[in-house]
Amino acid sequence: MIWEFLANNSPALIIAIPLIAAFATSLISRVSTRARNIWVILALVLTEIFVIILLYQVFNFGTKVYVFGASSYNLTLPPDSGGIPIRIIFVVDAMSIFMAFTASTVALAGVIYSISCENEQTGQDKYYTLLLLMTVGMLGMMLTGDLFNFFVFLEINSLASAALVAYRVDRGIAVEAAFKYAIISSLGGLMVLFAIGILYGQYDALNMAMVAYRMQATGFSNLDKIAMALLTVTLAMKAGAIPMHFWVPDGYGKAPGAISAMLVTTTYASLYGLFRMCFTVFGLAANTVTLGWFLIILGVLSMFVGVTMALVQHDIKRLMAYHSVSQTGYMLLGVGVGLATLGTTAFNQYGLAAMEGGIFHLINNSMYKGLLFLTAGAIIYRIGTSDLDKMGGLGHSMKYTMIFFMIGALAIAGIPPFNGFASKLLIYESVYQFNPILSIIAMIVSILTLASFVKVFHSAFMGPKRYDVKEVPLPMLVGMGILTFFIILFGLFPNIAMQYLVTPAATALSDPVGYITRVLGGGSL
Amino acid sequence: MNLDFLTPYGFWNPILWLLVIFVALLVAYLIWLRGNSRYKKGTEQTKPFLSGYAPESKEAMMVSASNIYWGFTSTLKGYYNFLRKMHTGDIRDYLGWYVGIVAIMLILYILWGGA
Amino acid sequence: MLFNLVYITVAIVIIIGFYAALFKRNLIKIVIGISLIESGVNLFLVSLGYREGGIAPIYTNAPSTYMVLPTPQALTLTSIVIGVATTAMLLSFCVVIYRYYGTLDARKVRRLKE
Repeated sequence: MIWEFLANNSPALIIAIPLIAAFATSLISRVSTRARNIWVILALVLTEIFVIILLYQVFNFGTKVYVFGASSYNLTLPPDSGGIPIRIIFVVDAMSIFMAFTASTVALAGVIYSISCENEQTGQDKYYTLLLLMTVGMLGMMLTGDLFNFFVFLEINSLASAALVAYRVDRGIAVEAAFKYAIISSLGGLMVLFAIGILYGQYDALNMAMVAYRMQATGFSNLDKIAMALLTVTLAMKAGAIPMHFWVPDGYGKAPGAISAMLVTTTYASLYGLFRMCFTVFGLAANTVTLGWFLIILGVLSMFVGVTMALVQHDIKRLMAYHSVSQTGYMLLGVGVGLATLGTTAFNQYGLAAMEGGIFHLINNSMYKGLLFLTAGAIIYRIGTSDLDKMGGLGHSMKYTMIFFMIGALAIAGIPPFNGFASKLLIYESVYQFNPILSIIAMIVSILTLASFVKVFHSAFMGPKRYDVKEVPLPMLVGMGILTFFIILFGLFPNIAMQYLVTPAATALSDPVGYITRVLGGGSL
Repeated sequence: MNLDFLTPYGFWNPILWLLVIFVALLVAYLIWLRGNSRYKKGTEQTKPFLSGYAPESKEAMMVSASNIYWGFTSTLKGYYNFLRKMHTGDIRDYLGWYVGIVAIMLILYILWGGA
Repeated sequence: MLFNLVYITVAIVIIIGFYAALFKRNLIKIVIGISLIESGVNLFLVSLGYREGGIAPIYTNAPSTYMVLPTPQALTLTSIVIGVATTAMLLSFCVVIYRYYGTLDARKVRRLKE
């Protein structure tokens, strides 16, 4: 009974728990610092548990809907509504819950890491409040099935993360980074809202499924094209695709350690939005080949320019931020190939595999890029500089950090047996059948990635001892350990991830008709 | 549980790969064991040889991060100069790129966007 | 006639906002530009919901049943609230930047580049 209630209401609880916890944090921190830390970790552990419950449900019983304020949680079309879903609906398909699992895991690792990384800093109450709000924003973007609700969560996420980027002022430089990030994201948010307005004006609906259904029924107008351009380009910018990536190195490079790791999943929430718009909202009416090539070209540009810019950086976090841009390119490439071949026979031959590769890479990159940012944060926590020129010899004293860094670096470079290899292999092989040149570029980028991380490893950990430091405290190692666990798990047993997370996600994303019928079919299965 | 990770061309088995790499490392270790161990520690034999120059201090021998891959970047000087010009750090240029891409995509979508 | 005039106004406000954000050097003026774009988008949302002669959807003692769906108004209110938060945050960033850099010139506030 109680189990059923919790399971049915889990989409709402996933949002509600961190949201309530965020605003209660300032109250609880009046009690004691320790109580607050336990409170924040507890909130995210609970969120993670509900995400796993929902994951189980979606895996076994298919896409789940949750209607806010209705008499029954799955009543998408109330009898008196005239066939329109008027309420805010959360539509949790395999792709959404896959993203939510990624986000909540990285958030959990980040918050455990923060407990000791931030414990000598000021203003921790607000730090944790903002961190939880940022998590709410991410999870909301991933679970919602309503366009305006998506905008609201996008803005919650942008505001919280911009404030967190600026949190450690660093002689104003972090604030400069945050200012740029905030300008970009508020302009992006406004353009998303404008596009939503255009769609609402034409279709009298804000529900994604309803908009997609009516768009297909009435044909694709020029106004739709304007909305599509605004939505896809803005979300690509928020996902950090080149040539609109400039805010990424600024924002990631200046954020506190754990926040950089969480910003990675934040950008992937926007990337998820981009995929959702391309497949579900516009996928039926628009020309998917054009959309697919848009993603592919952005992906190839991001991969190549990102990695070549990373090679010349000498700030450790900025370097990793450029790699983040570069790795996003793989996902855009993989999913773009899937989108370009959608509906043809090629989709079953290699398109679906390319999408699986792109989506698998998404979770892999969240884990190892999160881990790398956490190790960078650990280095900065101990020696106080992020300049690689001033580092050296840390391998003598920070052995565990070094091991974690090595695992992350090998995984990002696609060296077996870590998880980066499995997803890159899928992308290379399937993209090779689509267009060999793209696949070759992807491999070159992978080599340059390895070269760049060899440089970081050499500069930070090798060489004679320059700093007399200790290993970082246990909570930071635990935070890194959580992510390492998934890297090794998905590396040694990629089938676990494929079977339970990736293949359902790719299948759900490539099936807009199923999504629409689930929502407009009246709620019952 | 099936351990073979299927890809469009074939399969990938990480456990098998680990076994193979373990055997390869074992072979490498056996070869290493057969090496000559009769060198004298602390003499000229174990010092780095820098074309006859006296070795510098250990700190000075470390190549700093900015200088690694100098050859690569100086070969691609034209490309990197273009990238440097692109990354101005001016917020208005960030917005400009965004507006430009929206405009380009708008034209492309109007031409080829419809099904 | 009147109907299109609203959309032309929306376009003009948004274009002025983009002009300010793209070509003005002072960071505060850039924030004003963003704020103008926001006003344009809000105006667009409100004008979408406008129906001539429609009344608010309050059924008690309603003179007619020709009512307006309140969704666009609700969206606009939410958007205004978010806009206030964004503008406040951006302006407070400007304050901190001025305190440390001594300038608000966008050409000089670029210590992060490449």
